[in-house]
Amino acid sequence: MAVEMELQPKMPKCWNLATKPHKFCPGCGHGLILKALGQAIDDLGIQDRVVFGCDIGCSLLSWDFFNMDTVQAHHGRATPVMVGLKRANPELIVIAYMGDGGGYAIGSQHLVNAANRNDKITMILANNTNYAMTGGQMAPTTMPGQKTETTPYGRDVKEDGYPMLGPEMVAAITHEGAYVARGTVSKLRTLKSYLKKALENQISGRGFSFVEALSTCPTNWRTNAEQTWAFLEQTMQEFFPVGELKVPPEAAAPTAPPGAVEGEGE
Amino acid sequence: MSETSVKPGCPVGAGERKVFMTGNEAVCWAALAAGAEIMYGYPITPQNEIMHYWTRNVPKFGRRFLQTEDELSAGFTTIGGVLAGRRAFTATAGPGNVLMQEPLSMAEAMRIPVVVVIQQRGGPSTATVIYSQQEVTLTCFGGNGEGLRIVYSTSSLQDLYDYTIKAFNTAWKYRFPTFVLGDGYQAKMRESLNIYDPAARGIDMVPTEPFVGKPGKIGEGREAAHLRNAYSVEEELEVAMARDTSEYERVTPEIIEYDSYNTEGADIVVIAHGIVFRSAAMAVRELAGQGKKVGYFRPITLRPFPREQLQQAVARAKMLLVAESAYGQLLKLVKENLYGGPCNLPIKTILRPGVGITPEEVTEACSALLDGKGA
Amino acid sequence: MSKPVKIALAGEGGQGVQSVAQILMDAAALEGKEALYIPNFGIEQRGGVSIAFVQIGDEKIGAPKFKIGDIVIALSDRAVRRTQMYVGPQTLFVYDSGIQGVEGDLPKNAKQVLAIPALEIATKKLNPRVFNILIMGAVIGATHVVTLDKAKESIEKRLGYKFEKNPELRELDFKALQEGINLVAGMGVS
Repeated sequence: MAVEMELQPKMPKCWNLATKPHKFCPGCGHGLILKALGQAIDDLGIQDRVVFGCDIGCSLLSWDFFNMDTVQAHHGRATPVMVGLKRANPELIVIAYMGDGGGYAIGSQHLVNAANRNDKITMILANNTNYAMTGGQMAPTTMPGQKTETTPYGRDVKEDGYPMLGPEMVAAITHEGAYVARGTVSKLRTLKSYLKKALENQISGRGFSFVEALSTCPTNWRTNAEQTWAFLEQTMQEFFPVGELKVPPEAAAPTAPPGAVEGEGE
Repeated sequence: MSETSVKPGCPVGAGERKVFMTGNEAVCWAALAAGAEIMYGYPITPQNEIMHYWTRNVPKFGRRFLQTEDELSAGFTTIGGVLAGRRAFTATAGPGNVLMQEPLSMAEAMRIPVVVVIQQRGGPSTATVIYSQQEVTLTCFGGNGEGLRIVYSTSSLQDLYDYTIKAFNTAWKYRFPTFVLGDGYQAKMRESLNIYDPAARGIDMVPTEPFVGKPGKIGEGREAAHLRNAYSVEEELEVAMARDTSEYERVTPEIIEYDSYNTEGADIVVIAHGIVFRSAAMAVRELAGQGKKVGYFRPITLRPFPREQLQQAVARAKMLLVAESAYGQLLKLVKENLYGGPCNLPIKTILRPGVGITPEEVTEACSALLDGKGA
Repeated sequence: MSKPVKIALAGEGGQGVQSVAQILMDAAALEGKEALYIPNFGIEQRGGVSIAFVQIGDEKIGAPKFKIGDIVIALSDRAVRRTQMYVGPQTLFVYDSGIQGVEGDLPKNAKQVLAIPALEIATKKLNPRVFNILIMGAVIGATHVVTLDKAKESIEKRLGYKFEKNPELRELDFKALQEGINLVAGMGVS
């Protein structure tokens, strides 16, 4: 098996050099997700056709992250703004980027309806189990027993339910033509492949695409590097299984061979 | 629904004592001291700490909390809490305040005594998370109604404490949605205040009662409650509006609060509310202390606005100076309430949307006006 | 009625600016004085210059923000530039002498500009962790807003839990306070 010689990872071409180094906290997963996304956009050569919509919260910091048209919307409303854009100009490739609150709480009605309509948009959601920018309150994806600023004694499932499984819900309500996946920043090449397939799903006109990315927030988790990684790799994956949940039959073959999950690190 | 097991005894202890804390913390303790039983809320800066302190105290004092999926829900769930007969409240800011207007319209229409704490931030839209006085119009007249609401504008942490307690009583006594209008500076700053058990100051908390789920069997001494906010024809709405507006006007004199200083002999009356009032007061007192003819008028209730008291205060003034961290939201209220009185008084302004106003700025403006140089 | 002392403290996130402000507040409360503290804050959880505005006086403080400070302390190059707007003809401007490249940015209109080797002393003589306490000492030495006694009491109150595990920290903190006071005493400030 030939081993590819890889150069040092370069910054994606569609990144905005002027705003680097970026403003995300050290150890934040956003930088990694946006790198994978940038690489996917570079591969597909769609920089000029993309409109990138971001939400409130930490995703807000991506408003000048890319060298692409960007719209920063209100909390939970990146989705409907992108839906509106796409309906008015289907030539555009629209991406709605948000956190767990923007997608599963305040934006959930938009998620559900865009999915049900099979809107030809790509939604990308960073799941770090808390509302980070506002100081670490509970999110729909906060896990049982997890302490946050509004669950100081740990999330009680009897009171506040279980962490929301967004991709599972989207997979259940969408029909043919939708692409749904959950990746993680710890398996960046795989995440990139999911994002690329999601965008291809939109470009081909097949339909709605949704990728949740498990992400890190050492600032609000109050974890060091080792603890952060353990939280992401072990704890979170107990509740949020990684993989593709729905792939339209016409979609290209997986870009990573099945089972190639170990030894992925980039 | 089972009773909330509000534990006996005042969470701030009996009597009263002086403390240093932040505004958000003061709001939380006031709500606890007032016997608020349940808070509904959604994260938005700069009021988040109200929720943080509340959730930490929930098990200690037998209260309840729900973090909702957004502010629409926070407003509607608060309505639900009030309908159940609980002292229920919520808190929000900025875009959250905008969203909350939908449930607040329902509360207005149905005379549901919700209590809402607003910590104003920059506007419009997301703007800043920091501070402004740009939610005056929204809080007083938001939604698709006539602004049948009560709005207290606080200017210190003592105010935040006092008026959060009072808001519950005002709301439940008069049955209009009641607001404590603070801002991001008050929310985050730390200064001294006296916290107290309302009983220690002779304040009796107005009892609450459920709108639905009352005890008893329907048909045997109890009638089902049919609560609605929709009418078939104009005439029905007319009746409801007449009833509510006349009641609002009737109780207005009981609710109005204001403060004024040195307006009798003043050539210039400075008008400001909230935290800006503190800068205005410092400036005016310093100038008055030098013998200058300057006074101030502070509306404490922005809604209902102290109209007669304003007109009296400026009756002999030559000029007004309105200072606010907005682009004319207080100014509009002032002009509207001068009608029928001295409404042709020249009004100079310091309008700084989203930006604080220091005492020095007010002093400079007043001095320039006194010297005839205009503002 | 004396006017309150207006203090503006600015540095990078992590330099302990807000902690010092809060300890000062506690000390003022212990003295029976009035005080008001407000942090600046923007959208980001991290990054950006951290500024604390503290006013300490005998009477209730009038307003939270002020235009011109009596003393302005800047602990980083960004902080030096950011705090220029708070400097006036009566302001004592203090900055850490270790900061590079700010000669051109220093205020030209201040009453006095003071460079203190705070970080150097903290690192060489004490422990870099107590850098912010040293700064607090400098503030106290220059303004006398609180007594050394109450400052120590306030540190004990706030950081006492750390001293239980590391008793040496208490000594270090108290030494840092004194070093800070010494730094400004030797430089002709009251």
